Amino acid sequence: MTVDTTMIEVRGLGKRFVLHNQGGATLPVLHAVSFEAARGECLVLDGASGAGKSTLLRCLYGNYLASEGSIRIRDGGQWMDVVQADARRIQRLRREVIGYVSQFLRAVPRVPALDVVAEPLRRRGLAPSRARERAAGLLARLNVPERLWRLPPATFSGGEQQRVNIARGFAAGHDILLLDEPTASLDAGNRDVVARLIRETAAAGCCIVGVFHDEIVRAAVATRMIDVAPLVPEQGA
Amino acid sequence: MSAPARPPGGRAPSHGEDVAPAQDIEPPVLAVAGLTCTWDGVHGCRDIDFDLHAGEVLCVVGESGSGKSTLLQALSWQHPPQSGTVHYASREDGVVDLAALPQVRLRRLARTEWGFMRQNPRDGLRMQISAGANIAERLMAVGQRHYGELRRSAAHWLQRMEMDAARLDDTPASFSGGMQQRLQIARNLVTHPRLVFMDEPTASLDVSVQARLLDLMRGLVDDLGLAAIVVTHDLAVARLLAQRTLVMRGGRVVEAGLTDQILDDPQHPYTQLLVSSILQG
Repeated sequence: MTVDTTMIEVRGLGKRFVLHNQGGATLPVLHAVSFEAARGECLVLDGASGAGKSTLLRCLYGNYLASEGSIRIRDGGQWMDVVQADARRIQRLRREVIGYVSQFLRAVPRVPALDVVAEPLRRRGLAPSRARERAAGLLARLNVPERLWRLPPATFSGGEQQRVNIARGFAAGHDILLLDEPTASLDAGNRDVVARLIRETAAAGCCIVGVFHDEIVRAAVATRMIDVAPLVPEQGA
Repeated sequence: MSAPARPPGGRAPSHGEDVAPAQDIEPPVLAVAGLTCTWDGVHGCRDIDFDLHAGEVLCVVGESGSGKSTLLQALSWQHPPQSGTVHYASREDGVVDLAALPQVRLRRLARTEWGFMRQNPRDGLRMQISAGANIAERLMAVGQRHYGELRRSAAHWLQRMEMDAARLDDTPASFSGGMQQRLQIARNLVTHPRLVFMDEPTASLDVSVQARLLDLMRGLVDDLGLAAIVVTHDLAVARLLAQRTLVMRGGRVVEAGLTDQILDDPQHPYTQLLVSSILQG
């Protein structure tokens, strides 16, 4: 075997929601999902709306608790199972290894856009000035006007907020990036900018797993696709 | 908390440096095990376990009467628990068992290394003395006597809390509710505590003032590497401030974990009820 560049290894992942206040109704969403993703890949999750693509991403990030199976993440020289890890280990994983870009920015009141983007870098220990430098570079690349950088994003347009959100996700240089429809609220020009950024980041060795509804973006960034279909057992293995 | 998890399967790493997290080498600021504290054998909190590290904010959420405030009083030994242990990593003496500390040492910790922020500023401030004296009081308690230094420190903290230094000689009674809460923070942080206990710090404030206070608190936790335990019934406060959350009901922790996981994928029936009751803004 050559050098193993696998970053994510998912085995037998299942997720169901139990709604205790609706008579204990159970919603099965994922069942027996298994796949791997490696450095340099942009793995696109495919499947109908409601198939559980976003749920899968959230499980990888530790935002949803998996009901069964394992999600192993490479953290430098170690492997960590997100399903078994305690809260502090997941916090560490999020700081050092895994980034996540949601569909919308969850804006914190009063924090300027530049600092929103720089924050993940500062958490990794970079000096504030260096972190802001890199943040500024990303905001510029994503066409967020410089006059907005010192303002809190709460008042920005949806597209501007989302580009701040994307800049924040890409800022820290994580080994793994999870993207949940990052381009949904963007115009064609900015969508292309983001697609290029995704391709370059993967080419530089990042392992990207994403959900994209937009066919053009999907075609532009995907190096591989997997089908997320609920309740269909894995094939082969 | 549990021992560090070993990666299951034990696949040998093929390359990459070792990434043993540095912060796990340092003991937690607070380590709580099997803590039970009741007022009458029934009401209070039971079997509480958690660790809290520097730079971490832990929110304790739950309805009134769920034992949240009792927990704070037991942790800070204001109302010593019936059973269980609390270990605190003191700046001066390393890890100490609070049960083994004499009253004098506990009082000293409470004045220097710990901070307490009350829901009602009247309980946390001295309303009859000036804002400056409120801030300087803790410094004087640890032996600072130089008037000019005390005044400078007080003015510095007033400004850091986004208040006009010209208000130094006014009494807190003339301050708005939001300013009183910020003054409470200044009064507590002036001795650079390691650990801050907050009991519903934003509950008495208007929504517009809450955001400012929360944002200030966030910044301070980051800048000063504080550990904080925040009791609140407001899940939005937990989302904004806390990496981790404990959900309490009937004196027990019914759910514990990452705040975003608890809010986005609540497991316990009570937590699901709490989360589904949030008004969508």
